[in-house]
Amino acid sequence: MCLTCGCGDEENVRVTTIDRPAGLDPAESGPAATAAPAQHHDHHHPHQHNHHHDRGPGSDQDQHARLHHPADLERIELGVSLLAKNDHLAEHNRNWLAGHNIVAVNLMSSPGSGKTSLLERTITEHAQFDHAGWSEVCVIEGDQETVFDAERIRRAGARAVQVNTGAGCHLDAPMVQRAIEMLDPRPGALLFVENVGNLVCPALFDIGERAKVVVISVTEGDDKPLKYPQMFSAADLVVINKTDLLPYVDFDLERFAEQSRSLNPGVSIIALSVRDGTNMTAWYEWLSRR
Amino acid sequence: MHELAIISGVVDMVVERTAGRRVATVHLQVGQLSGVVADAMLFCFEIATAGTALDGATLQIDPVPGRAACRTCGQDFGVDDLILLCPCGSADVRITAGRELLVTAVEVEAKSCA
Ligand SMILES: Nc1nc2c(ncn2[C@@H]2O[C@H](COP(=O)(O)OP(=O)(O)OP(=O)(O)O)[C@@H](O)[C@H]2O)c(=O)[nH]1
Ligand SMILES: [Mg+2]
Ligand SMILES: [Zn+2]
Repeated sequence: MCLTCGCGDEENVRVTTIDRPAGLDPAESGPAATAAPAQHHDHHHPHQHNHHHDRGPGSDQDQHARLHHPADLERIELGVSLLAKNDHLAEHNRNWLAGHNIVAVNLMSSPGSGKTSLLERTITEHAQFDHAGWSEVCVIEGDQETVFDAERIRRAGARAVQVNTGAGCHLDAPMVQRAIEMLDPRPGALLFVENVGNLVCPALFDIGERAKVVVISVTEGDDKPLKYPQMFSAADLVVINKTDLLPYVDFDLERFAEQSRSLNPGVSIIALSVRDGTNMTAWYEWLSRR
Repeated sequence: MHELAIISGVVDMVVERTAGRRVATVHLQVGQLSGVVADAMLFCFEIATAGTALDGATLQIDPVPGRAACRTCGQDFGVDDLILLCPCGSADVRITAGRELLVTAVEVEAKSCA
């Protein structure tokens, strides 16, 4: 456990199913089945020697050797990404999803921008608007604690699993892999992943999604792109939610769009209101083009 | 806030690739536009390595300054944030350095084979 950042260990992550069709063994589907054999394909081992340490790790002698005899050190060149482990599993997720013709959309935002509300409305009414013909819409919900959001999704009429990250501040590829196994989305599904409410950490972690969507609400202020540049520069789409509240706040849509494009020139931006339904069709159109 | 998660992944990877040999130094290249904070990683490193073959090892972070190239005027310039704007006014800019997140090398104790 990290004392400054409060990030948790993987052991504290819980994946809870809210609804799963009976008789499906998740261990037989899901990306893990294909992940295991390929897991070590690009790993090479730097040496073949067997050797033994006759000193216990961390003993005084051991420390002494390390501090005073740098000549006894051997340098091994690696050149491996810091995110290699996550990215490797993300690629497995991506391949598995592509193989099943499933489009996964990663929704990221600060807490309370309206991600779950957007999904509830989408689940209820998308069939009237989109022409992509998804076999189902289902959701992986990420929150530090509670199954509230997965329950909301279920009440809206879709299947969902909840990932609780404990102290963790983002979803990563292994968590999403476990969630996909449990959810077992149908081929041809539209799969939403609602990330943990946080505009910083989720930006760095590829989970194998087709597209990254950042949701921002007009009550949060129009200066967010420059304050959270990593998030906005990684986005494929920015949804500006709660436009029904524009008369009450000084959110400048133009200024916001300009800042977003200064970080990410090609980014799509859709301003809508989940509450009153304004411009929801632009969202459905964007989805059906994925 | 994500640095512990990243460092833990690095520790696992290094342990795997060095076959359990005692590691003295881990060298990283961390771009200044990468979104990963070097100080936070240094702080987490001790916690993440406790009880592993990296216990007591040094984390050496080589920061890589941001650079970009302009597609409009062709100039190459330093950047310290992700705003894609060339001094010439063009926003058609490509980041050429500063996003690195690499474990470049490790130093392990020499094999004491008989
Ligand atoms: N006025 C207004 N309120 C909205 C709109 N969309 C969502 N809300 C409200 O915003 C609050 C937060 O909505 P959620 O959907 O729970 O937000 P969230 O992003 O899922 O929140 P976390 O999962 O906790 O990060 C709720 O009270 C919603 O009713 C909107 O378009 N207009
Ligand atoms: Mg939510
Ligand atoms: Zn230029």
